Amino acid sequence: MRVRRSTLFLGTLGGLLLLCAGLLLHASSTVRNSQRRLSANASLVRRLALTDLCLFTEASYTRHLATSDLSSAFQETPMSLEHFPSGALVQPPVRTSGTSP
Amino acid sequence: MIRRQRHILDFTISSLLRQKGKNGGLLLVYGVIVFVVASILLFTHALRREAELLLRDAPEIVVQRTLAGRHHPVPIAWMERVGEINGVTSLRPRLWGYHYDPLIRANFTLLVPAENQPPAGSVDIGAGVSKIRGAHPGDIMVFPGHDGVARSFAVREVLSGDSQLLTGDLVLLSENDYRDFSGLPSGQATDLAVTVRNPKELGTIAEKITRIYPDSRPIQRSEILRTYDAAFSWRSGLLLVIFSAAALAFAIFAWDKATGLSADQRREIGILKAIGWETSDVMLMKCWEGSVISLTAFLAGVILAYLHVFLGSASLFAPVLKGWSTLYPAFRLTPYLDFGEIVVLFLLTVVPYTVATIVPSWRAAVTDPDQVMR
Repeated sequence: MRVRRSTLFLGTLGGLLLLCAGLLLHASSTVRNSQRRLSANASLVRRLALTDLCLFTEASYTRHLATSDLSSAFQETPMSLEHFPSGALVQPPVRTSGTSP
Repeated sequence: MIRRQRHILDFTISSLLRQKGKNGGLLLVYGVIVFVVASILLFTHALRREAELLLRDAPEIVVQRTLAGRHHPVPIAWMERVGEINGVTSLRPRLWGYHYDPLIRANFTLLVPAENQPPAGSVDIGAGVSKIRGAHPGDIMVFPGHDGVARSFAVREVLSGDSQLLTGDLVLLSENDYRDFSGLPSGQATDLAVTVRNPKELGTIAEKITRIYPDSRPIQRSEILRTYDAAFSWRSGLLLVIFSAAALAFAIFAWDKATGLSADQRREIGILKAIGWETSDVMLMKCWEGSVISLTAFLAGVILAYLHVFLGSASLFAPVLKGWSTLYPAFRLTPYLDFGEIVVLFLLTVVPYTVATIVPSWRAAVTDPDQVMR
């Protein structure tokens, strides 16, 4: 007997929803299992007094986003175009206090 | 009721399959747009969350010094007056800096840990440094110092690969080695890390530090956290560009659907009306048509985005994130999901598309069949 097209579609939709549910379970179990790694890394942050993530290592102001100079988004020349590709991803650090220029 | 829906769904799918190429292309474009936007949302949210969880243990206040608008080493003598401020429980000098390795064209971050410093002549290195330099415990690494004279260090330990998001480019060494290597005088530090008793007093203490040392620049922990939040929020830089491009593509796409039906589609609606379909049946069919395409594209796009970001290490974003850096940490993000963002994505893609499919069909369906078919 030929399978109805609606059955095929609803089956596919059900499969996709099931897959979504599977990914949710995967996410929650991964988050649970990563607690140890997370607390080890947090203690490393405390021990080494780290202020930034090691995401972009190409320039000092992208390596240390939070503690870079406020003027360093364009490094030496205020009107120069952004030099490093990752500079396009980041904005100057948010500041509410301090005597920054 | 269910039988009626099933029959209409059967008819809708047959109708879609009659234009396989067009509808297949539509599904593909739609799915790709959802995939790109969902990948960005999942990636940036997971990164923001990871930064938030890790950096909430960062120093409460980092005191830098600026000279002529640039970051400058802090005199250690500052510690005395800063330490006298009410509410400051402890403070310590931080010694860190950069080293550019011309051989592999990579920047390393040199740092002196406050405790468990490597013995003189040895270093602990991040997994990224170990990989790029092929250095393992017991190996010797040579770096040219500030005076051009090469210093050699024995690798004591390679930091855990699980911490690469923090330590990938780190080289930890003792204070004496760092001062000898970098030429930083003994009375100076890169900056100061301040711990306070009451977090509510952070702002006041930062203000007092600025008042005592007008050339200081206190950076509060909340500012560090907000920097990462802002850097990877949907409003920032490249993410906004990608978002705008995807939104524009989707708007053109939905507009094309909303502005009218093809002659074939109008004729189909006319025939259905002529053979006795009600306007509500036609609307139901069109509603199913929009839902079949948008739901399939949405679910497939989101699932592929999840697999790409959390199981495939966001490999499609890697060229953008790496930029020109040769040393890039290998890390797998923890899948912190923001259901709010997924729901917004659903509302911004599935709903407008389905509505855009229904509106022109409704206009055709309420017209006289004879007129529609002409």
